[in-house]
Amino acid sequence: MKILVAVKRVIDYNVQIRVKEDGSGVVTDNVKMSTNPPDDNAIEEAVKIKESGKAKEVIAVSVGEEKAQDTVRKALAVGADRGILVKVDGIVEPLAVSKILQKIVEKEKPDLVFMGKQAIDDDCNQTGQMLAALLNWPQATFASKINVKDKSLEVTREVDEGLETIEVNVPAIVTCDLRLNEPRYASLPNIMKAKKKPIEQLSASDLGVDTKPRIEQIKVEEPPKRKAGIKVASVEELVQKLKNEAKVI
Amino acid sequence: MSVLLIAEHNNKELKPFTLNAISAASKVNEEVHVLVLGSNSDSVAKAVSEIPNVKKVIHINNPLYENYLAENYTSVIIRLSKDYSHIMCSANTFGKNLMPRVAALLDISQVSDITKVISEDTFLRPIYAGNAFATVKSSDKIKCVTIRPTSFDPAPTSGGAAEILNGEVGDSSDLSKFIKKEEIKSDRPELGTARVVISGGRGMQSGENFKLITAVADKLNAAIGASRAAVDAGYITNDHQVGQTGKVVVPDLYIAVGISGAIQHLAGMKESKVIVAINKDGEAPIFSVADYGLEADLFDALPKFLEELNKLNTIQK
Repeated sequence: MKILVAVKRVIDYNVQIRVKEDGSGVVTDNVKMSTNPPDDNAIEEAVKIKESGKAKEVIAVSVGEEKAQDTVRKALAVGADRGILVKVDGIVEPLAVSKILQKIVEKEKPDLVFMGKQAIDDDCNQTGQMLAALLNWPQATFASKINVKDKSLEVTREVDEGLETIEVNVPAIVTCDLRLNEPRYASLPNIMKAKKKPIEQLSASDLGVDTKPRIEQIKVEEPPKRKAGIKVASVEELVQKLKNEAKVI
Repeated sequence: MSVLLIAEHNNKELKPFTLNAISAASKVNEEVHVLVLGSNSDSVAKAVSEIPNVKKVIHINNPLYENYLAENYTSVIIRLSKDYSHIMCSANTFGKNLMPRVAALLDISQVSDITKVISEDTFLRPIYAGNAFATVKSSDKIKCVTIRPTSFDPAPTSGGAAEILNGEVGDSSDLSKFIKKEEIKSDRPELGTARVVISGGRGMQSGENFKLITAVADKLNAAIGASRAAVDAGYITNDHQVGQTGKVVVPDLYIAVGISGAIQHLAGMKESKVIVAINKDGEAPIFSVADYGLEADLFDALPKFLEELNKLNTIQK
């Protein structure tokens, strides 16, 4: 079995986001970038399946600017065998990303495609489902447990009401939740080894995909600030404030 | 110009967030048609027809739609799409799973999780866990939009009498199969719509200690929430998680207990009307969004809080 894992380079989850003064976006200069957190879970799961002997190859792919190579390299350092970087500058909407991934899938013919359920920058939560639609493959979204069977996967999904289990035929798309596994850290020797692993470089135009955005971002603003609150000295004071000042109990 | 809104239900009852989605759809255009795909779901179609905002109900009953699988829903929506300018549903796990599959097949770039309708093609949506808001304008012919339910008031549930049309069954897909749902039944208000929410974090130290939270929740008729750390640690099940990758709540009163307040948690609760934080670390970021902060050990404070609530003559429900 061959597993393709899509990874995205995003602003690190610990960074306090700052909106640009001209309203054109958020500040990314000199800001720490990392792999989108649930994409780390996607790579980890693929590598674990390979280690269990059920997969032969794990390929990491990223769509983005030149520096997204670092994100692919990190996936190689935790166990992916080779990488693909599809270079695109500027905003790429999930629809365009899924069209690019469709081309990669047609070329590489993986049995499974894994990725995070959502990117923490645009919070769209679309790419996996869109790719599944374009390929006419089944989708198992928000996965917190994956059981690889002969020609199918049994996937436990985190849904609003609790947990749902579905079975999907292979080939399939799985989008991963943060609770799927505990992503490993790359060891220094593996980081060194990853530098020798191949990364194929392509561009969206090589693949014949139009990435022109369909959605115009008119402006980006800061959210309204909450008024600073107060510290209360005791539980009695808290209850009194909630009852008589906030009038919520 | 009309809106096709996809209803979420359990074949017996409409899920409450569909009401919020319907009121958002009405802000786009008054001609709101609701698609009810289900099995033995007549009571749902009837309930939808009584919502005054709804002009038409398209009802399709078939065992194919007993359990919700995006692969089976999609072909029906695609077939109906040619008559609509907008396709909408709520941005919870139901709509997040479904809408992109529809949008991609229509070659449409979806607008996710809107919090405001500015015009028929322009919407406001949070990005970066709500640390920024983007005003976006869609240039696609049909707009595929998911709605953050807590940002819109629910539509009224009675007074309407929309026509119910029986629609045609779509293609059956054998790509995926439903196996089971482990639904946690509770008499408490739903987390997404509760007036009061009390949440516990890593500071609770164990699942057993959540009984302190439960006791206060019983008294206040509150829903119980949790931080991701508490769910990851196994103190409580995933359906309680509040935050960027969990649920977004906007109650009148949110009480955060033993929660430090990572930005991913704040993304799910900082729009609450009144926020209370109880934490022994006075420097915890949760205090920066709290209207009332109590720097105290939760194991002392929670029993005392319950005791003080018990002294009150009346409590709002």
